[in-house]
Amino acid sequence: MTAQKEVLLRVENLKKYFPIRRGVFQRHVGDVKAVDGVSFDVYRGETLGLVGESGCGKTTTGRTIIRLYEPTAGHVHFEGVDLACLKGGQLRQMRRRIQMVFQDPYASLSPRMSVLGIVGEPLEVHHVAAGAAKKERVAELLELVGLDPAFMSRYPHEFSGGQRQRIGLARSLALNPDLIVCDEPISSLDVSIQAQVVNLLEELQEKLGLTYLFIAHDLSMVRHISRRVAVMYLGKIVELTSRDTLYSNPLHPYTQALLSAVPIPDPFIEEKRQRIILKGDVPSPVNPPQGCNFNTRCPVAIDTCLEVEPEFIEVEPGHFCACHLVQSAVSS
Amino acid sequence: MSAYEAQPVSEHLLGVENLTTHFYTEEGVVYAVNGISYTLDEGDTLGVVGESGCGKSVHALSIMRLIPIPPGKIETGEVIFRGRDLLKFSDDEMRHVRGAQIAMIFQDPMTSFNPVLTIGFQIMEALKLHQGMSGKEARERAAELLAMVGIPEASQRLDDYPHQFSGGMRQRAMIAMALSCNPSILIADEPTTSLDVTIQAQIIDLVKRLRDKLGMAVIWITHDLGVVAGLTRRVNVMYAGSIVESGPVKEIYGNSHHPYTVGLMGSLPRPDEPPGTKLFSVRGEPPDLLGLPEGCPFAPRCDYVIERCHHEAPSLEPTEPGHWVACWEKEKVRKPQ
Repeated sequence: MTAQKEVLLRVENLKKYFPIRRGVFQRHVGDVKAVDGVSFDVYRGETLGLVGESGCGKTTTGRTIIRLYEPTAGHVHFEGVDLACLKGGQLRQMRRRIQMVFQDPYASLSPRMSVLGIVGEPLEVHHVAAGAAKKERVAELLELVGLDPAFMSRYPHEFSGGQRQRIGLARSLALNPDLIVCDEPISSLDVSIQAQVVNLLEELQEKLGLTYLFIAHDLSMVRHISRRVAVMYLGKIVELTSRDTLYSNPLHPYTQALLSAVPIPDPFIEEKRQRIILKGDVPSPVNPPQGCNFNTRCPVAIDTCLEVEPEFIEVEPGHFCACHLVQSAVSS
Repeated sequence: MSAYEAQPVSEHLLGVENLTTHFYTEEGVVYAVNGISYTLDEGDTLGVVGESGCGKSVHALSIMRLIPIPPGKIETGEVIFRGRDLLKFSDDEMRHVRGAQIAMIFQDPMTSFNPVLTIGFQIMEALKLHQGMSGKEARERAAELLAMVGIPEASQRLDDYPHQFSGGMRQRAMIAMALSCNPSILIADEPTTSLDVTIQAQIIDLVKRLRDKLGMAVIWITHDLGVVAGLTRRVNVMYAGSIVESGPVKEIYGNSHHPYTVGLMGSLPRPDEPPGTKLFSVRGEPPDLLGLPEGCPFAPRCDYVIERCHHEAPSLEPTEPGHWVACWEKEKVRKPQ
């Protein structure tokens, strides 16, 4: 399981700033630093979970990786090819290999297209199949995601949220991708349906050897599905490690607070839990705090944290963390 | 008399008895709430859990008499609050109950505030109306309330508009408004669903502290079984407009007897599960409330289904003292291994 460690996707210092413009001349007055220097590797066949609260930049990271947004700076190497520099036909070729499943199963499927049209569109765009061959492939894909191929001529409004998410998944599988970026694929679904979709994702990974970048805010589901987990806060990754280490030995104060805030569905455990309650709200990414961007809410911040931005470094083998306190504790 | 309690309903703070609410729409009748009964005592905390469309919000709105009529209609039932039936109150009498004695907070704090009025004005409005305070008194009290829910520089923030508050702060302000008249029941309808977990932890911590300090009863409506586990004493599990299981929180989580509850619990990843564990999922989809099938509403998704389930709906019956299950096969239902 851990023997193969081939890096499929390497993200290096990726940044995405959205400019803020004001006035008649649309003067550039500032930036929303949605993603501010993010680096991580995704190994072939694994699931990397990317968690964080709303507005931390996890969705933007996913979208910038597949070039739905143009990166402001940084590199995205997919099997050694830098996606950030590709153009035109080359980019289109690479896009076949990376697909995305979106959060909102209502907004991500065109209401005017039949299931055949939706799932078959990538096949036509990339000249893979048309006509009867396309129909055959779509039927195969629908079966793969647990839908009746007879639904092919129906329209999205005839399906429930869970079924729509299956259609979105079938569409993303149409071109046999290597990597699927799952952007909160289950957060809009009911609890009993979430389990169905997660089980399906796991089955497909096993069957097709897929690699997932699983973006979510639900930490218990991320723990279930991921092999490694990265935690984001205000545009940066603060901690990245294997899921067992992260949940048993979180080092960054934000990770610790985040994990302690997650309610556990067991009254016997809940009774004895002590929570770390963070003060205040997440600062605006337009004007992030100086130094460590968590210093405004951090219960253990020291003077250094207010001035110097901590580097994201490996503190233990395979365990990365961006915190002055952790790093000085490890080095001493 | 309640169907299953020895004590008469009138001796409880709140007694809901056979409450039924339907909506008459162009597509047909929506059977939102189908005869639910339970009681709530002073200082108690009750969790109401279920998936979207199970009628958990409609049941709360029915108690508050906030159902739009038409298309909605409270068909039958009684809501006994301090010995009197709220459903028989005139609109005017009801206005004195809402906000003053039973307060409600909603899922989306952005849409539940009026965007063109300041936060302070909206909190003071209730104080002036229900408590007959003067402007100055009300302002002082409003500032006190905002400070109590942990909003810094409360007296200055009174003049802010809702959009100037963050999501978590708006939810706090709404709690402050709900508590302004010291209600004896707080109904919270998914108040933390749109918030992040760290902010959710702040809000839950706040409600727990206020509950213990002010001694009010809380009805917490949610789909999040984690929140209920840590906050409430008793739980009602709802499915397709009915309560399918009801009991103390530890009984429901540790010893559930309804196939739906068992399925819900199984579909959540557990912190102590070994790697590679498959989630247990309930097959199929929640029913369409437009035309409910005859018999048990869960029958089409149930693993324990027998012939009887298809034409006869089970009613709540005790399995242990205080633990009620509506299932014909409840003795056979076990946790998935």
